[in-house]
Amino acid sequence: MPAVRTRPRVGVVKLTSCDGCQLTLLDLEDELLAIAERFDIVDFPEATSVRSDGPYDVLFVEGSISAPEQVERLHELRARTTKLVAIGACATAGGIQALRNWANVADWSSSVYPDPGLLSVLDRVTPVSDHVTVDAELRGCPISPDQLREFLGAALTGRRPQFPDEAVCLECKRRGIACVLVAGDQPCLGPVTRTGCGAICPAVGRGCYGCFGPRETPNVPALLERFQEAGLEPDEAARKLAGFNAWAEPLRPFIPATGGERPAEGHDARN
Amino acid sequence: MHGTDGILAPGAADERLFSVAELTRVEGEGSLHLRVRDGQVVEARLRIFEAPRYFERLVVGRTPDEVLDIVARICGICPIAYQLTAVHAFESLFGVQIDPSIRALRRLLYCGEWIESHALHVYLLHAPDFLGLPSAIELARLDRAVVERGLRLKKIGNEILTIVGGRAIHPVSLKVGGLWRAPRRDELAGLRADLDEALDLAQQTVRLVTTFETPTFEARRLLVSLKHPTEYPMNDGRIVSTDGLDLAQADWQQAFREEQVEGTSALHARTHAGEAYLLGPSARIALAGDQLHPLARQALDASGQEAELATNVFRSILARAVELVHATAEARDILDRYEPPAQPAAAWEPRAGVAAWATEAPRGLLFHRYDVDAKGIVRGAQIVPPTSQNQAAIEADLARFAPSVLALPHEEATRRFEQLIRSYDPCISCAAHFLDLRCEEVG
Repeated sequence: MPAVRTRPRVGVVKLTSCDGCQLTLLDLEDELLAIAERFDIVDFPEATSVRSDGPYDVLFVEGSISAPEQVERLHELRARTTKLVAIGACATAGGIQALRNWANVADWSSSVYPDPGLLSVLDRVTPVSDHVTVDAELRGCPISPDQLREFLGAALTGRRPQFPDEAVCLECKRRGIACVLVAGDQPCLGPVTRTGCGAICPAVGRGCYGCFGPRETPNVPALLERFQEAGLEPDEAARKLAGFNAWAEPLRPFIPATGGERPAEGHDARN
Repeated sequence: MHGTDGILAPGAADERLFSVAELTRVEGEGSLHLRVRDGQVVEARLRIFEAPRYFERLVVGRTPDEVLDIVARICGICPIAYQLTAVHAFESLFGVQIDPSIRALRRLLYCGEWIESHALHVYLLHAPDFLGLPSAIELARLDRAVVERGLRLKKIGNEILTIVGGRAIHPVSLKVGGLWRAPRRDELAGLRADLDEALDLAQQTVRLVTTFETPTFEARRLLVSLKHPTEYPMNDGRIVSTDGLDLAQADWQQAFREEQVEGTSALHARTHAGEAYLLGPSARIALAGDQLHPLARQALDASGQEAELATNVFRSILARAVELVHATAEARDILDRYEPPAQPAAAWEPRAGVAAWATEAPRGLLFHRYDVDAKGIVRGAQIVPPTSQNQAAIEADLARFAPSVLALPHEEATRRFEQLIRSYDPCISCAAHFLDLRCEEVG
């Protein structure tokens, strides 16, 4: 037999999410067939009926943990995986559904469902890293196609993928986009948000709403103060943080209870 | 465990259970359970086991523009459908007049989403079924060019979303009153040649899927879609049905209701008379086929298979292909006529009341209803996605289809059931906050 280099065995699975991050892989239209040749895609239920229980050299996990059976499943997957990669805001920070961590889930269930006793959900929505060791994270809501390409390329050559931790502001400066906060008094999360999107919101004249989550050591209080100078009430200013990465630790202490619900007990004391 | 485990005691000698624990090549996580006794289907279930995300609660306390960003996250495949339905609902309540150029750009966004979503389903998810293959990856090994055509078409849909919306998944350009920024003519110019190519690829797609052999299956269902006097239904129109329903799009609740059935964690839609109904591309063509773009109409006529669309759901791949022609041709027309608006967005003032609207998502009619206070803050919401509306019809069709494949080997019959479900292009992520695990009993 000719010597064949073994292709990395890749899986793509989802937990609680919108499918947008795994769709980003299918949106690499120009590279998809080449990727399918260089990687052995052994499990990707959204795209193929060929199934495998692993083992996986690389497993992409989309979605947050919000139901009891997902915890068990995640541990099983981890045991069969060499490199587990959390993809997107749901997997890395809990996603938009983590806003219910500031509310009482039983109240929410009864406001949406006539018979909430039939639902099986955890009290709290959590990222993958709260439950198992995560080897790499791709941020974003959704993840960036460029960062996914970078990750896959690095995986093939065995190098470390490069994801900058700089603020969206630097991307605006590089692209020559006028600052929407300074020039337009638009509340913008750019100063505390990690780049990766390409500054697409400032590019259309609106403030960043934080899809890629907080960068390291963000100065959140200073930004909230600036929002109030721009005319926002304190609760309006804080609500700007209550988005897709609200449960990320640097933002968590500043999130107001949404919609006037009472905060969940001990909501700020976790981990 | 979800729900009851069937209405018959398991283990009866003449009982067979067909089950797919995790459906593949659908968006989201669902399973199939079909129980047959004495050759009769006694239970047919499409289970959706996505965890609920409580979107109707997540939007409470938020401003209309914040709602647009939140509801996009219901679905990574059709975020524009959610954003446009919501933006129209709010503008209708606030009495905002939209510049015709802005309306055209929003329709262009919807065309991009239909192209991206239909190309994904036709080529990557559905076509392998007709060729006996497990995936488009396997298909590419046999015929790389055909998969490359599908990917190219999908990419052009995503390009529209990127140029007009800022990015392909969860676009950022929509706001109440218009768009954050309207593109210049020269920014759209590059799309023109791509759309010529996409139109050609879409026409090839119709010819390709016309050659596919489908199982013989006939189920005449109540079909529902929007209908507009001068346009193919997308972002606007009245709710119509094959039973003669004709209703303003904000009045969905007058004809339909949601219910939670025992053993479910879902809200499940039916007509007030309790009838299951079917939405989506085949329903749109049956009810509004006269509004198709002339090039799409021509492609459909040439297929010679239009009559089958209303009765055989396996043919829905043709309806999607015809809508690919429509969406590429309409997108091209929009580009040719585009003049940037004087202002990208109109000013608006909040008003207390009910904001309701329906649009045609790639998978069918999508209804939103928001209770809004005098400051414009959302105080309550109802969001009814197409897949949760189709679910009753899917389960009824499963039961109806079953007898024709019971003589096949178990594995093959199970494969056919899964193929039937895939024909509806279910978007389980969309339906997830309406988790539906109901039973359909057949007499």
